[in-house]
Amino acid sequence: MTGRLTGKVLALHLGILAALFIAQFILPAYHHTNVARIMVLATYAVGYNILLGYTGLMSLGHAMFFAAGMYGAGLPIYYLQFGAVQGFCVGVLLSLVLATLFGLIALRTSGVSFLIVTMMFAQACYLALLYFNRITLGDQGFILSKTLEPVSLGSFQFAFTSPAVKYNVALLLFAGCFLLSAVLAGSPTGRVLIAVRENEERTGLLGYSTYKYKLLALIISGGISGGAGAAYALLFSYVGASFASILYSIYPILWTLLGGTGTTTGPMIGTGLMFYLVDIASGLTSSYLFVVGAVLVMLILWFPQGIMGAIRTRWLPWLP
Amino acid sequence: MAAVDSLLETTALCKRFGGLHAVKDVDLSLARGEIRAIIGPNGAGKTTLMNMISGRMSPTSGQVRFKGQDITGLKAWGRVFRGIVYTFQVTSIFKNLTCYENVALAAQRRLMGGITKRLVLSERRIADRVRAALLQVGLPAAGDQRADTLPYGHQRLLEVAMALALDPELLILDEPLQGLAQEEISTFCDLLRTISQEVTVLLIEHNVSVVLELAERITVMDNGEIIAEGSPAQIERHEEVQKAYLGK
Amino acid sequence: MSFGPHLFLALLEGTVTAFVLALIALGLSLVFGVMRIVNIAHGEFFMLGAVLAWACSILVGGGALLGFAVALVVGPLIVGAMAVAADGLILRRINYQPESTIVATIGLLYIIQQLVLTLFGADARPVSPPIYFRVAFPWFGYSGYKLIVAGVSGLLLLGTWLAMSKTKLGLYMRATQQDQEMAQAFGVPVRRVYAKAFALGAMLAAVAGVLVVPIQQAHYLMGLDPLLLSFIVVIIGGLGSLKGTMVAAFVVGISDGVVSVFFSPTLAKIVATLLVAAVLVLRPGGLFGEEGS
Repeated sequence: MTGRLTGKVLALHLGILAALFIAQFILPAYHHTNVARIMVLATYAVGYNILLGYTGLMSLGHAMFFAAGMYGAGLPIYYLQFGAVQGFCVGVLLSLVLATLFGLIALRTSGVSFLIVTMMFAQACYLALLYFNRITLGDQGFILSKTLEPVSLGSFQFAFTSPAVKYNVALLLFAGCFLLSAVLAGSPTGRVLIAVRENEERTGLLGYSTYKYKLLALIISGGISGGAGAAYALLFSYVGASFASILYSIYPILWTLLGGTGTTTGPMIGTGLMFYLVDIASGLTSSYLFVVGAVLVMLILWFPQGIMGAIRTRWLPWLP
Repeated sequence: MAAVDSLLETTALCKRFGGLHAVKDVDLSLARGEIRAIIGPNGAGKTTLMNMISGRMSPTSGQVRFKGQDITGLKAWGRVFRGIVYTFQVTSIFKNLTCYENVALAAQRRLMGGITKRLVLSERRIADRVRAALLQVGLPAAGDQRADTLPYGHQRLLEVAMALALDPELLILDEPLQGLAQEEISTFCDLLRTISQEVTVLLIEHNVSVVLELAERITVMDNGEIIAEGSPAQIERHEEVQKAYLGK
Repeated sequence: MSFGPHLFLALLEGTVTAFVLALIALGLSLVFGVMRIVNIAHGEFFMLGAVLAWACSILVGGGALLGFAVALVVGPLIVGAMAVAADGLILRRINYQPESTIVATIGLLYIIQQLVLTLFGADARPVSPPIYFRVAFPWFGYSGYKLIVAGVSGLLLLGTWLAMSKTKLGLYMRATQQDQEMAQAFGVPVRRVYAKAFALGAMLAAVAGVLVVPIQQAHYLMGLDPLLLSFIVVIIGGLGSLKGTMVAAFVVGISDGVVSVFFSPTLAKIVATLLVAAVLVLRPGGLFGEEGS
């Protein structure tokens, strides 16, 4: 029984989270912020993986969900002085609504058509952000750190400028979505999603409305991606239209492919690796996006299963 | 109440593909608990008829009624939920998943009801049903094997296990014996006889000798129409049937 | 300028855009029709044509016209060769599978784009037009070169159409497009046809790049907009239908020109992308239909 949320699987996931928690006390400052950033982006990848890895639907437009979360949180905070938690909720809500509306329309297509519809929609959202620049300030972007008040819990104040807060909020977000993906993968619903990926017609003839399941996957995926976007705005302060561009739709494809689609641990590994690869490359040349292209081609040619996918096939078949 | 308690009824069912009239005005009536075989030469419209009953295709005109209710507009997945289960002519199992996962997908459908109702379902309940289904078709130990590592005959049995796990009332089998060796065929027929004690079976088959032995009633199709219907003995002697099979 | 002449100007601009767009979209549509794949790096071939044209204008002495003539021949050839290489090294290895191809061509996009960035730099570089003259309309002067671009594009489109309908390769391509298995059974060398189709598609885009670079400047990011526009054209026109692509190129090109002149280019693109999404949703069976999942 692959992937069931057994004790072993749960232990693995909690172990990874524990390791991440402990890491913050050991990491030097530069890597400290990096890992916080990686965890938020990895959450985005986890969300993307639910649609691609588990349900088998590739989207070239997920940046619109990430940006919906980012702007959904950022704009109310910037203009209406919303608090952090409220902003986050608005961001997630906006991306859930967008995912639902989009799914209701776009899921009438499939395969390559679906891919192109996602790309077109996302591009339209990106252009709209630029077109309504007076409100969204998309062109230049804006920062939240001046307007964002710390969150108070009882007598404790959590300021988003503090590295410890950034790290642990990112970890909390990632942990929640990471565990959610593990539970989903091992659940009966997850089983159906995988079946849709493997053989959609057969799944329908087993009595499942595949449309409803795909919609569910899209909504969850969009919501998690939006959550990542909202968190990114809160923690790293900058809200700009570049996060809605096609590059930010291509990144999660890259991260999940590298880490291994259809695995819960893959997205995190892929994101981490690529982050540092791009980081190192950008120090060497201004054409650092070359590594994005090179890695994509190499993955597709020689390594389509990704890292965790290969590990699962060769050594650990119980990995979800 | 009707004289015969019919489970499935089609009325003037028609399917046209552009100029091709694949199924013409078919009235088919299945009684509960019977084993019905549909035979006929290639291109007679048998699979098209099955597709319209199972919901994979919508008819150009005509009606399908199941347990007294009009299901003509109901999509395939809805019909499965009502009890009409179809197995494919070419085995369509989930090759990359284990046999357990394959049957579990079917087994959990019954337990899940609506899509949102059960996100978390007790795996043990599913496991019980999976074990029962695999046992019934004669594959008790296959659970952990990947489906594509099974020999062809066993893949067929796996399909039946999946069908059984769905608690069907009407089981539609499209050429189930194709590609099976002789002993596999007799095992399969025994299985069908056992199943038909609780489930109505409708099968398309080319293996006429097996059909004559297995089926309780036989419907013969040719050119989109039913040309004969009756008991195996009646069909064997039927003039038109002989012409359709021997003449072609 | 009053409305009438303004509209005329917009229509002229739109027409020039339409011709160039038709060339680029034709390349994309050809590749999809014959090979059944979507090439996300298609816009980069266009960009390469423009960049190579700039390179020629610098390296080839003897004036703008000579440089341009050289570019018109050398540019597409180089790009065509790169396309054949990409096909052989990458696409063939992944067996032209739809989703893998998309990921691979996205990778190719970044590889090409960033290599050009390294070698060419991030600045936009102008190229002087080979011929410079102004056509004097009663209300405004219009660049004669732009009209030549439209003319040359039209000739190339005609040439491609003739090649497709009269030559053996064209016949092979049409046969492969109609029914790949049948074509193979009849002895059509499908793999080689694929390589040539991919090269032809890339060359059409590259030629468009060479033609356009004296009007726009050469810049390493210039491939993205034409890519999106040609997607819009190909989807609205219907996939694999070369005629549809032509018609749609004109509809999209002219309306993009007009809306851009009267409103804003960004708005034009927003409307166009939403329109495309609508078309795909309302007619999922009719356009990409058979290649669905």
